[in-house]
Amino acid sequence: MLRFAFYRLLQAIPVLLIVISLTFMLVHSAPGGPFSADKAVPPEVIKALEAQYNLDQPLWQQYVSYLGDVLQGDFGPSFKYPGRDVTELIAAGLPATAELAFYAMLVALVIGVSAGVAAAMRPNTAQDYIPMSAAMIGICMPSFLLGPLLVLVFGIYLEWLPVSGWDDMPGDKILPAITLGTGYAAYIARLSRGGMLEVLSQDYIRTARAKGLSEALVIAKHALRGGLIPVVAFLGPAFAGLLGGSFVVETIFQIPGLGRFYVQAAFNRDYTMILGTTVFFSTLIIVFNLLSDMLAIWLNPKLRQQTRGES
Amino acid sequence: MTAIDEQGTSLWQDAWIKLSKNYLALFGLAIIGLLCVVSLLTPWIAPYGYEQQNLLLGATSPSAEHWLGTDIFGRDMLTRIMYGGRVSLTVGFIATAVALVIGVLWGAVAGFVGGRIDAVMMRIVDIMYALPFMIFIVLLMVVFGRNILLLFLAIGAVEWLTMARIVRGQVMALRKQEFIEAAHSLGLSQWTIIRRHIIPNTLGPVIVYTTLTIPSVMLLEAFLSFLGLGIQPPQSSWGLLINYGVETMEEYPWLLIFPGVTLSLTLFALNFLGDGLRDALDPRTSKD
Repeated sequence: MLRFAFYRLLQAIPVLLIVISLTFMLVHSAPGGPFSADKAVPPEVIKALEAQYNLDQPLWQQYVSYLGDVLQGDFGPSFKYPGRDVTELIAAGLPATAELAFYAMLVALVIGVSAGVAAAMRPNTAQDYIPMSAAMIGICMPSFLLGPLLVLVFGIYLEWLPVSGWDDMPGDKILPAITLGTGYAAYIARLSRGGMLEVLSQDYIRTARAKGLSEALVIAKHALRGGLIPVVAFLGPAFAGLLGGSFVVETIFQIPGLGRFYVQAAFNRDYTMILGTTVFFSTLIIVFNLLSDMLAIWLNPKLRQQTRGES
Repeated sequence: MTAIDEQGTSLWQDAWIKLSKNYLALFGLAIIGLLCVVSLLTPWIAPYGYEQQNLLLGATSPSAEHWLGTDIFGRDMLTRIMYGGRVSLTVGFIATAVALVIGVLWGAVAGFVGGRIDAVMMRIVDIMYALPFMIFIVLLMVVFGRNILLLFLAIGAVEWLTMARIVRGQVMALRKQEFIEAAHSLGLSQWTIIRRHIIPNTLGPVIVYTTLTIPSVMLLEAFLSFLGLGIQPPQSSWGLLINYGVETMEEYPWLLIFPGVTLSLTLFALNFLGDGLRDALDPRTSKD
């Protein structure tokens, strides 16, 4: 297990290097410098700015010094917010995004797993069809449509919940969390239904039932562990998706998080900010993929044996 | 669609029989067919001109003259949605075609050649899987401008990975099957085996996954357009129309609801069709 984690971490290093190099090359091959968008600026000023941000050095030198800085957690100064570091901006946006992602994941897991398990307990009945049709709707209803519709109904017509903001009013986290979580709830419902159906047909479940355990105990003690392995394996990619979804949800609900910063940086051509957040996001995603893989292996004795056999 | 060609072979007839019993999938097929026909004929059947404004009229709710209402410039919503659908569907089909070509070639070569080349090729796929692609597409659109051709390539470049894995797995599994061995021992040439046995047997999963890739591509395009990073005006797509709709949804909710319903319905139809095709063509893989 530890060996497996170690190898996966080793694998992560080239991936991160590729991410940094690709992003760096892309950003630096962009037509038009970061200062060309504004009004006509005297050439001397541009020269001075370029010197300040080391843009006058040869590209490879910039690349090497950037790599060195990133290793120390320093993403350099922001182009658009003079005097502020990208690291500082990321630190400012991270709490809101992390909280939003956490609540969304909670929504997704609670709704998704309970719907999936309920469906798997009575397959091909109303208890199966209704949640699974709802899941299909959830998958086909993108967050940028669901969010505004929820705002329209619960924020504007019914006036039950605030339409935007973060930490301003009680309940202003409910709509964003539901908006971001629903799509994943739908996927998780389908995955847990599939996983549970497979496990429930196994011999050890029949043994548990034959012992006279109640259906609830059979599910809770024996079936869930195996049945939820596909869900656990999905958590890593889901996390990556949550970050992407946060672009939209944070824009809709005006949440001061990383996703909104990223979209703004994209519009402002704030290259150091784009570069920094991309590297930061990638690291997060790789770490979460690793964690969800390890959790899935820990839950599945067959895979555990395999990784031991390999090492 | 192309899945049901007049091959005359039992696999396709069997699949068609199964599919024709699946009403949801047929419904999906009908919706997609209708959308394709409407999109093709839009310039001739749209009730109003694409750029035709009526500033005096302004935004009006659905009426006999404007079935889906008008936007703040007095432009007919039905017309806008029809033209937007052309763009959305084109992006969906072309980007999927890009993904299909790259994925099938990559997976087939890796599966056929095997050995070290296969290991290297699949390791590349693994590494690309780990990249945060949503972020890369945003980055590409920012750096190289919001160009529709680039959008096709960027989305296609993301979506081919799973296709490559599916095709490789299929080819590897097929190579070990007894009927392929039997074909070899009968003295059939490599090319005949590929044409008669390998291709028809990989086609099923490929068609299924292609059908399921189209909605995810359309979703990605709508997502980018919603953020303002995808399709640019004066062109329009459903994602862009939803974006406009959100801005004025308090006063004119129909400007959000109609494009939203159209997009969701299309995604629905494609997903149902994909699921139905999977049940019909690929009985070994379960629903999830």
